[in-house]
Amino acid sequence: MNEPVGRIRFMDRQRVNLDGFAVENAELGLVALRSPYDPGPSLTVTDGRITELDGVAEADFDSIDTFIARHGIDLAVAAEAMALPDVAFARLLTDPAVPRAEIIRLSAGATPAKLTRVLAVLKPHELGMAMAKLRSRRTPSNQAHVTNRLDDPLLLAADAATAAAFGFREIETTVPVLGDAPSNAVACLVGAAVGSQGVLIQCSVEEAAELELGMRGLTSYAETISLYGTEQVFTDGDDTPWSKAFLTSAYASRGMKMRVSSGAGAEVLMAGAERKSMLYLEARCVALARAVGAQGVQNGGIDGASVAAAVPNGLRELMAENVMVMMRNLESCSGNDALMSESDMRRTSRTLPIVLAGSDFAFSGFGSIQRYDNMFGPSNFNAEDIDDFLAMQRDWGIDGGLRTVAAERLADLRRDAAQACRAVYGYLGLADFTDEHVALAVDASGSKDLGQTDTLAVLAAAHAIRQRGLTVVDIVTALDECGYPELAERTVEFLQARLGGDYLQTSAIFDERLAVLSLVTDPNDYAGPGTGYEPPPDRQREIDAIRQQRGVGDLRESQARHAAPGRLGPAGPAMPGSDPRDVVIGVSPAVGRDVWRCLSGLAVTDVLREILAGLEEEGCAGRIVRFGGTVDLGQIGLAAARLSGSGIGIGLQGKGTALIHRRDLAPLANLELYSVAPTITPELYRLLGANAARHAKGGTPDPARNPYSDEAIEARYHTTVIALMELERRRVDAAARPETLVLSS
Amino acid sequence: MSEVRALSGKKVSELTVDAMRAGDIGVADLRIHPETLEHQAVVAERHRNPQLAENLRRAAELTSLPDEEVLAIYDALRPGRSTAARLTELAASLTDRGLPRCAALVAEAAEVYARRGLVKA
Repeated sequence: MNEPVGRIRFMDRQRVNLDGFAVENAELGLVALRSPYDPGPSLTVTDGRITELDGVAEADFDSIDTFIARHGIDLAVAAEAMALPDVAFARLLTDPAVPRAEIIRLSAGATPAKLTRVLAVLKPHELGMAMAKLRSRRTPSNQAHVTNRLDDPLLLAADAATAAAFGFREIETTVPVLGDAPSNAVACLVGAAVGSQGVLIQCSVEEAAELELGMRGLTSYAETISLYGTEQVFTDGDDTPWSKAFLTSAYASRGMKMRVSSGAGAEVLMAGAERKSMLYLEARCVALARAVGAQGVQNGGIDGASVAAAVPNGLRELMAENVMVMMRNLESCSGNDALMSESDMRRTSRTLPIVLAGSDFAFSGFGSIQRYDNMFGPSNFNAEDIDDFLAMQRDWGIDGGLRTVAAERLADLRRDAAQACRAVYGYLGLADFTDEHVALAVDASGSKDLGQTDTLAVLAAAHAIRQRGLTVVDIVTALDECGYPELAERTVEFLQARLGGDYLQTSAIFDERLAVLSLVTDPNDYAGPGTGYEPPPDRQREIDAIRQQRGVGDLRESQARHAAPGRLGPAGPAMPGSDPRDVVIGVSPAVGRDVWRCLSGLAVTDVLREILAGLEEEGCAGRIVRFGGTVDLGQIGLAAARLSGSGIGIGLQGKGTALIHRRDLAPLANLELYSVAPTITPELYRLLGANAARHAKGGTPDPARNPYSDEAIEARYHTTVIALMELERRRVDAAARPETLVLSS
Repeated sequence: MSEVRALSGKKVSELTVDAMRAGDIGVADLRIHPETLEHQAVVAERHRNPQLAENLRRAAELTSLPDEEVLAIYDALRPGRSTAARLTELAASLTDRGLPRCAALVAEAAEVYARRGLVKA
C-alpha cells in the first residue's frame, strides 16, 4: 500500500492520534447516550408497590432493580414524572422560570430509563444550563489528589499544605504500597492543617482499612465506594446494593462524610455492559446511590472516562452523568480525574464546560502533584496545569475553587508543613528525618527531587500507627508538645465541628472559618441571568489577582532597573541638518527617561549603537534626536526625516519597533518597517541603519524581512506593550522641542 | 439545640487540647452521637432526601456496635458469604438488640439474595 500523502503523515504525528477512537458498538456497550437495547421508560405501581420498572416485571427484577424499586422512587410523584414527555421534561431543566426544587421533586419519581431519555435530549450548552441550576451547593468547590511515588511523609505534608493553600477543600490521597496508608493519612492531616483550616481528608484504600482510619479521626471522608450498573459486574466487584447500603451507614455511624463512585465505561471494561448504553447503566447507578442513602456521587467516567471519550457523544455523556446526580438531589463530584486524552485540547474540551457551569466539585481529584507522582494515575489536570486553570478561571470570571499563592507564602507553608510533620513523626517515635530531607521536601516540585529515601522507614511508621492504635488525639498531643499549639488547636476545632454532623448533609464542605457550606446551609439559588452564585468581592480579587499579572508600576520598576542615564543623555535642542549624509534617528518621548530596554531584551543604547554602526558602514552619520510631542512611530520617523540633512530619517520607539521614513512621504507611509519588536536582533538593527544610509545615498536596498515566529508573540508581549506605551504617553509634551541625545560608552 | 455531645456523652467543648494531653480523650470521645445523626436525619428529610434520612437513622443504630462487628456485618452482606438462614438469623439478632432499621436491611437482603443466587451455596 502507498504511504499516505505528507499532509496525512503530518496530521498522524499530532498527539491526538495517540488516542484510541472506537467504532460505536452497542453489542459491546460502546455507545454513549442511546442503545437500541436500552429499555423504554416504564413504571407500574400495584397496591403501592412497583411491579414493573423500565420494562422488567417484578419477578424478573435483578438485585439493582429490586433495590431501586423498593427504596429509590418517590411513588407520590412517579405517575406525574413518568407521564411527562421527554422533551417537555428536558425543557424544564433549562427553563430559568422552573425552580430547582421542581426538578428535584419530579426527578424523584422518574425511573433510570426515564432520566436517560430526558438527558439524551440536552445539547452541550443545555447541559451547562442544567448544571448551573441543579447543583446542590451554591458555592462551587474543588478536590485535589495529593500522593507521591515514595509515600514520602514530608513531601505529602508539604504538598497537602500546598493544595490547601491553592484552595482545594477536599484532599484525596492513596498509596502505591498498601501498608503505607496510615502514614499518608497522618502526613496529609498535618500538612493540610498548615495550609488551611477545614480541609477534608481522604485516604483511598480498601474499605475496611479506610473505615478504620476514619474511626481514628485521621481522615474525614470517603468516596471510593463503587456502584455498578449491572448485577454481574456489581457481584464481580464483591458487593451488592445491600452491602453498599450497609457500608454507607457504617461510614455515617462513625461520623464520616461519604459519597459513592460510579461512571461510564466500568461495565464495558469488565465486558459486562449487557448491550446497554453508558448513560442508561449510569442512570441505574445514580438511582441506586440515592436509594442507598448516599449524600453524593463521584461520576463522569472516573476510571472509564477514556472509554466514554472513545465513542461519539462520549463527553456529552460524561457531563450528563453529573447532571443526573444533581437531578437526584445529590452532591456531584464531577470526574475530570483521569487523563482522558494525550491531546491538551481534548482534555481541556472535556473539562471546561463543567468548570464554566460550576459543580459541587469540578474535579473528583485535580492532580495537585505532578503527573508522575499521581498514584491514582494522572488526572485530567495536574500540577503542570494549575497556572493554566487559574488563568482559565480569570479569563471567564468564574470560580473553579482555586486561588493563586504567592511564592514566599508557598515556601513558608511548605516549610511549616514538612517541619511539623517531621516533629510529629519524631515525637511519636515513628521515624526520624534529617534537616536535609526537610529542605529537599520543601523545595521539591515532585518526588524525583528527593533522591534516594528510606521507604522502609515509612512502612515501619505506618505499621506503628496501626499497631499502636494511634488516633488524632496522639497527633494533637504531638503537635502541641512540639511547639505547634496553633496547629493542635486547629485540629481540635475541626474535630469538634465534624462531631456536629452538619457536614454529613448533601454537598457539604467546610470553609476556612469552619462554617459548613451544603445543600442545607448554602443552597443553589440560580434562576437565570442575574441570579445564583457570584464570587464575593474578596473571592473575585483572589480569582483575578494571579501572581503573573503586571501593571504599569511593575513595568516602570523593571525598566528602572535597566536605567543607564550616564550612557544616553540630553545635549541641547536639535537643529535641522544640511549634510546630505546626515540621518536623524528619532526616538520616542520616554526613551532615555523611563524606557531603557526593548521588548527583545536588548538595551535601547545597544540598539542605537547598532543603528549608528549600520549608518556608518554605508558612509552616513547618524544622530539621535528625541521627539517629545508624539508616541506615533510614523510621526517620529517623519519628523526625523524632516530634520535630517539627507531627508531620510529613522524612527525608533522604546519598545523596539523601528522604521525608515522619507521627508516627502505621508506620515503613515514608510520605506521599511521593523514591526515585530520582540524578535528584532542586533543584526537587523544594523541592517536598518545600513539600509537607511543606502536610501540617503539614493539607492534601492533590499528591504529587511521581519523574522517569522509561530509563537504567541502577541500573548506574550501585548500587556507589556500597553504598559510601555503608557510610559511613553505620560512623557508626551505637545510643546516639546526636538532634543539631541548623546550616546556614550 | 443543646450542645453537641460525642458518643461518650462528653460535650464537644470538653474536647480540648489540654484534655487530650491529659489522656482524658478516648476513641468514644471522637465518635458521633446517635442523637446528632437523628437530628441530621430530620434535616435531610426536610430537604427532600428521605433516603439520606433513612441512612442516617441506620447509622444512629450502628453507633452502638463495635467496629469489628460493623465490619463483620458488612462482610456477611457481600455476595456468596452467607446462607439465607444466616442472614435471617442476623436480622433477628439485630432486631433483638434494638437495631430495627439495620435488621430490615439484612432481612431484605436475605430474601433477594436467595432469589438472585447471591447466597452462599
